Amino acid sequence: MRNLEEILSKQPFLAGLDGEHRRLVLGCARNRRFDAGAYLLREGEPADEFYLIRQGRVALEIAPPDKAPIVIATLGEGDIVGASWLIPPYHWRLDARAVEPTLVIGLDAECLRGKCEEDHDLGYEMMKRFLPIFVKRLHATRLQLLDVYGRS
Amino acid sequence: MVASAEDPMLPQPYRVAAVSRELADTVTLELTPASGLRPAFACGQFNMLYVFGVGEIAVSVSGESAQQNSFFHTVRALGAVSTALANLTPGDTVGLRGPFGKGWPLEAAADADVLIIAGGLGLAPLRPVVYEALADRNRYGRLALLVGSRHPTDMLYRDELEHWREHLDVDVDVTVDHADAGWHGNVGVVPGLIERAPVDPVRTIAMVCGPEIMMRFTVDALREAGVADERIYLSMERNMKCAVGLCGHCQFGPKFICRDGPVLRLDTVADILAVREI
Repeated sequence: MRNLEEILSKQPFLAGLDGEHRRLVLGCARNRRFDAGAYLLREGEPADEFYLIRQGRVALEIAPPDKAPIVIATLGEGDIVGASWLIPPYHWRLDARAVEPTLVIGLDAECLRGKCEEDHDLGYEMMKRFLPIFVKRLHATRLQLLDVYGRS
Repeated sequence: MVASAEDPMLPQPYRVAAVSRELADTVTLELTPASGLRPAFACGQFNMLYVFGVGEIAVSVSGESAQQNSFFHTVRALGAVSTALANLTPGDTVGLRGPFGKGWPLEAAADADVLIIAGGLGLAPLRPVVYEALADRNRYGRLALLVGSRHPTDMLYRDELEHWREHLDVDVDVTVDHADAGWHGNVGVVPGLIERAPVDPVRTIAMVCGPEIMMRFTVDALREAGVADERIYLSMERNMKCAVGLCGHCQFGPKFICRDGPVLRLDTVADILAVREI
């Protein structure tokens, strides 16, 4: 557990979180490993665990019917995989696949949601950390949609 | 700076020595002067290329300055002149004026970490910087090249990127906007690569070239990473005509891109970068 605590303490995502809140998050955390090609999340499945990448790379994908999956974005060390755990009905909206062997910290979503409900300060700290990620990804998606490198 | 003919408005004849196909719509032309003397150029400068009977456009130099006898220009077939350029074959003759403009800050980059960020065809004007930095590697600190393109099949100089990454002392990271699951590299926008670039923001000189909107997002990411405006350089593009600061077609606020640029330090244009009327 101490090892996991040390690992968590080095994650930029949790920088600045006070000791008590860090312990609450730690209580919902576990180490996990995914082989290349393994799925961390599948669209439609319950959002019961999200991930903080320690090492490796993960592709976020959408699979159109009868077509090969399209990669929307890739995520790497320090990135969060999975946002729908915060938003009802708590189902994943994308697939997330390990592109290479990937080490993550898995965070039990139900556990963390419960602690955020019980301790709104923790909930606010989580929101302050997640919102910039959402906004950054939204901006990136807009830039991708602009197709700036296309023929003009 | 004008280093070729006494009259900068007079195109000089250059022969197409070779044409290399880069992408389906993009070629690199090797041009040799009929006079036998190729003027010196600075990385980031451009020439005006004239296809006789069609017209003239500005194209950045994309080759090595050490290559004494030729200019290399990478051209994407978009309009009438660029399409005519892309359709040239060895032995054809074009007119060439230049080189013009101010280039990349290699002097300021000495001893600094160098972060080169290119989007799409924007890698072409930056390729000479990579050549220069690799040829004089000890002159610089860490060297990182971040490249964004639309799709893996649209990646310019892909073989060279792989060679640099595998064999030379430069960190190369590439990303594409769109890919299928067969692509094992990054997917996402090039500013997203900045936070992981192995450079020290405080001692970094950043050189950025690509579509203007990509450069604006890149500037935001560089600032967020801690790179000061005075250490960020952009290669701007406007409609260059005379190339010597007379006609005003390339005016960008108080500057003429052909004369004061195309490479401009961010702090000198930051206040007008997002002004859409400019």
